[in-house]
Amino acid sequence: MYEHLETAENAAQLKRVVIDPVSRVEGHGKVTLLLDENNKVQQARLHIVEFRGFERFIQGRPYWELPVLVQRLCGICPVSHHLAAAKAIDQLVGVDPENLPVSADKLRRLLHFGQVMQSHALHFFHLSSPDLLFGFESEQNKRSIIAVLAAFPDIGVQGVKLRKYGQEVIRMVSGKRIHGSGAIAGGINKALTPAERDYLLQDIEQMIAWAQGAVALIQKVHCSNLPYYDEFAGLRSNYLSLTKPNGALELYHGGIRVKNAEGGTLLDNIDYCQYNQYIHEEVRSWTYMKFPYLLSLGKEAGWYRVGPLARVNICDYIDTPLAEAARVEFKAHSQEALVHSTLAFHWARLIEVLHCAESIERLLHDPAILGGELVTKGEKRYEGIGVIEAPRGTLFHHYQVDENDIVTKANLIVSTTSNNMAMNESVRQVAAEYLSGQELTEPLLNNIEVAIRAYDPCLSCATHAVGKMPLQLELINAQGDVVAKLLKHDTGEFERIHG
Amino acid sequence: MVNNSAQIKPLLLFAYGNLSRGDDALGPLLLANLEAQDAGFLQNVDFLTDFQLQIEHALDLENRALVLFVDASMSAQQGFSFQEIFPEKDQSYTTHAMSPAAVLSVYQQIKQHLPPPCFLLSIHGAAFELGAALTTLAEQHLAQATDFTKILLHSPNLTEWREHEKNQRCLQQALDSLTLTRG
Repeated sequence: MYEHLETAENAAQLKRVVIDPVSRVEGHGKVTLLLDENNKVQQARLHIVEFRGFERFIQGRPYWELPVLVQRLCGICPVSHHLAAAKAIDQLVGVDPENLPVSADKLRRLLHFGQVMQSHALHFFHLSSPDLLFGFESEQNKRSIIAVLAAFPDIGVQGVKLRKYGQEVIRMVSGKRIHGSGAIAGGINKALTPAERDYLLQDIEQMIAWAQGAVALIQKVHCSNLPYYDEFAGLRSNYLSLTKPNGALELYHGGIRVKNAEGGTLLDNIDYCQYNQYIHEEVRSWTYMKFPYLLSLGKEAGWYRVGPLARVNICDYIDTPLAEAARVEFKAHSQEALVHSTLAFHWARLIEVLHCAESIERLLHDPAILGGELVTKGEKRYEGIGVIEAPRGTLFHHYQVDENDIVTKANLIVSTTSNNMAMNESVRQVAAEYLSGQELTEPLLNNIEVAIRAYDPCLSCATHAVGKMPLQLELINAQGDVVAKLLKHDTGEFERIHG
Repeated sequence: MVNNSAQIKPLLLFAYGNLSRGDDALGPLLLANLEAQDAGFLQNVDFLTDFQLQIEHALDLENRALVLFVDASMSAQQGFSFQEIFPEKDQSYTTHAMSPAAVLSVYQQIKQHLPPPCFLLSIHGAAFELGAALTTLAEQHLAQATDFTKILLHSPNLTEWREHEKNQRCLQQALDSLTLTRG
């Protein structure tokens, strides 16, 4: 652990290196490093400017607008926000998840599997595969999906087509690839037509085969680079996700499960409507993003990781056969109960792509998606909570409304927030192990990006767009003078400026 | 979708832009104007709209005979301009908003052959602010461009489209020389 690098005692005496901006969800963040006279890292922080204005400006809006409004939180996972909000407003019209019409439930799940599939494919193939296939410190002009398409055309094309397929699932269910509608309070607004179902069925077997190939690829990449891949930006942590009541992997609806680093179960099958009895958020002065933690363990020890690594780690099994076989191999990789490697996020992510493809096929053969009861209604309530496993992890939407159905309070805990502490720890680890004592270079910068990117925070979606984050490093001496500046422009051009 | 040639129509009209950003909505609005019509000449046309062009859109070009991209542009001459486009690997592939030529380049890289004939219809817009309405001038340009697109779709033929492009170019040159003379 590198917690001692969060706050240096003699900060004013240290050289300050700033990576700014490291962008996030269409927003910005930065990494600051404080170095001593030997360039040893004494402090490393990832500061993220998270845009939480949504919680304010959706107040005063009628609740039925929420599933459409909150999609604008993100261009990459709008469906996850859409469905989390829909689950919350189901409760406002008196519908609990178990009372949602079967067809509506299955159509929402189909929509969500399409979302997770396209988001994961985007992240792995478009954004991360250049690092993994060419090397973390490879030439800059290789770090893009275009270079992957040139050097590994089969892999590149499969990645592009896997994402496209997920987008098409979304389009068939919700009408658009991005920012479609679909879920409404108490149900969904349309079923699939037989033609739409057949359209998706035509390619699903190919998608499953490609997803299997992707799992084999990442397993090979990971295991060919041991122990480096196990240790890079690695840390032992608690993990949190939803699971089915029987412990199976669950992306749409389930209870909260938490395991500690040793694999011990801390919480299991907890009703997510009680989330605020178990999870609190801490504010720290140096960043706008909060630090969620488990109340029972406290601020210091209660932080946890969410997302694919958490989900695949702490579920008991996956209910689709190919993904389950992949999960068994994944878990066998670790001699411990849990896989703690940060780069194993990629491996887990692709197991989930395979699970999504298998689940889509299963649902496409289910007649319930073609019709039946789509909407129901119950007794009005004044509070609704929706929780879902978004691609990047557990996503909480919590709303209160007044007697006129106007939103009076909203609280969102987005996935990236839950990984805040872990991302900081990974940045500290990389800074200490790979940057400390070194002269700043662009390839070294990319090591920090690789560590952050493994979590698939929205910042990589927003600015790493096809391989490059705009970054700026400044080396400032103890007198506050800029000694050197390193700029990486959003065009990918690298420039060194001496102070 | 992926390689589903049986359901793909020979002509693709792909409009991109943001409905919430003033005149940037011109492309999607043109598409909506046409989609609302129940005209026979539209039966062989697939309509596709998105906010921006991205790598995946290269796959939408598969198995097409002709493709028409429609976009709003501040630099378009007259009310609109019409030109054939070709693959070009520019820097836009590193962004969320690729140029149509870069999309064609990705197609060529993926498929290892030339993309289908593609044209770009650029409709002149002036204001692209978030939340802004369509400007009056852009409304006029939209009407002109919609009429022009109907003419194109009535004759989905490469030779004829190239003839239209040539006519457009001649018209533009004449207007340019007129401007110079007046100047």
